[in-house]
Amino acid sequence: MSRWYDVIVDVLKRNQIRLVTYVPDKVLTPLIKAIEADGYFTVFAVAREEEAVGIVCGSWMGGLRGIVLMQTSGFATLGNVLASLAVPYQIPLLMIVSERGTLGEFNQGQALVCRTMRPLLTSLGIETHTLSRSDELDFTADRTISQAIATQAPAALILSPLLTHAKRQELQ
Amino acid sequence: MSTRPSQGEAVQSQLLNRFDLTARLLSRLTRDEAVIGGIGNTNFDLWAAGRRPQNFYMLGSMGLAFPIALGVALAQPRRRVVAIEGDGSLLMQLGCLATIAERCPANLTLLVMDNASYQITGSQPTATHYGADLVAIAKGCGLADSFWAHATEAYEGLLETALSSDRPHLIAARIDKSPGQGSTDRDPSWIRDSFMRGLGTRQ
Repeated sequence: MSRWYDVIVDVLKRNQIRLVTYVPDKVLTPLIKAIEADGYFTVFAVAREEEAVGIVCGSWMGGLRGIVLMQTSGFATLGNVLASLAVPYQIPLLMIVSERGTLGEFNQGQALVCRTMRPLLTSLGIETHTLSRSDELDFTADRTISQAIATQAPAALILSPLLTHAKRQELQ
Repeated sequence: MSTRPSQGEAVQSQLLNRFDLTARLLSRLTRDEAVIGGIGNTNFDLWAAGRRPQNFYMLGSMGLAFPIALGVALAQPRRRVVAIEGDGSLLMQLGCLATIAERCPANLTLLVMDNASYQITGSQPTATHYGADLVAIAKGCGLADSFWAHATEAYEGLLETALSSDRPHLIAARIDKSPGQGSTDRDPSWIRDSFMRGLGTRQ
């Protein structure tokens, strides 16, 4: 069976997503490494998730498709930019969020901020799918991205610990 | 409480005018350069100085004019991209200067209109009022070609250099408290669609 991050790399390439901006996270590390190892992508870290959203929104308007990788806590900083840029300007901002704060979390702040993620996405009407099963991963990720582009609407893919199997000691 | 010490290059700036500087920028644009205007008066003067389909008017997302411009610059490396931002907005997103320095896009020019205040909300002082030097900060982030434009002629010269350079430039000007001279359209999807047609990414 393919590793989850190899499937995502394949889906990104299939959808011509060439620009990847991120604020790192332990769970995302193998995905970031796989993307960095593939010359297809332009990939770099930014100082804040909000900045990454600005970059990717700009690149899309310029004809270069991109995606933002972040952790749950970083997503929590995005309410204003989603509501004032991505959603009203009808920009298909693509987000992959590594889900901290659930299924074995030890950090109370992570557990609390995690609970704000889906209500925020829901209240802004942003299409959201949680990736928890290997057998559905390719289909869900691919279709979410293609629909976002076709409908000019932001979309979020949440990487569940059920998929990524992060060990507790690796969450630091 | 100190007010605006003379900094760095030790030349006391004359206060310039945002609308005048914006109009001078637009008069130099001849090759469909993209211009991204930050929130508030920066945008209002960009709108008033002459609407162009290659202009992007940011209505919210304070602080993101430079990141948006970086995205456009990465997407279209053969197009010159200019972003205009205010001091309050840039202070909100200083990290983007380090990102831009690291990416070092050859086609990106950053303009900072520094009136030392959150002018549109009631002219509360920003940190630049007390001495924060945005050019020094930009240099510290790795943007070596960062300059204060101390007078109109210097601004023109810096702009000419920046718009033909193969490195990102940042030009900051201390400006007066004149209000913005226009008010942008408030339809985000129209602004985005118009901008994309101006960039040739939508027919």
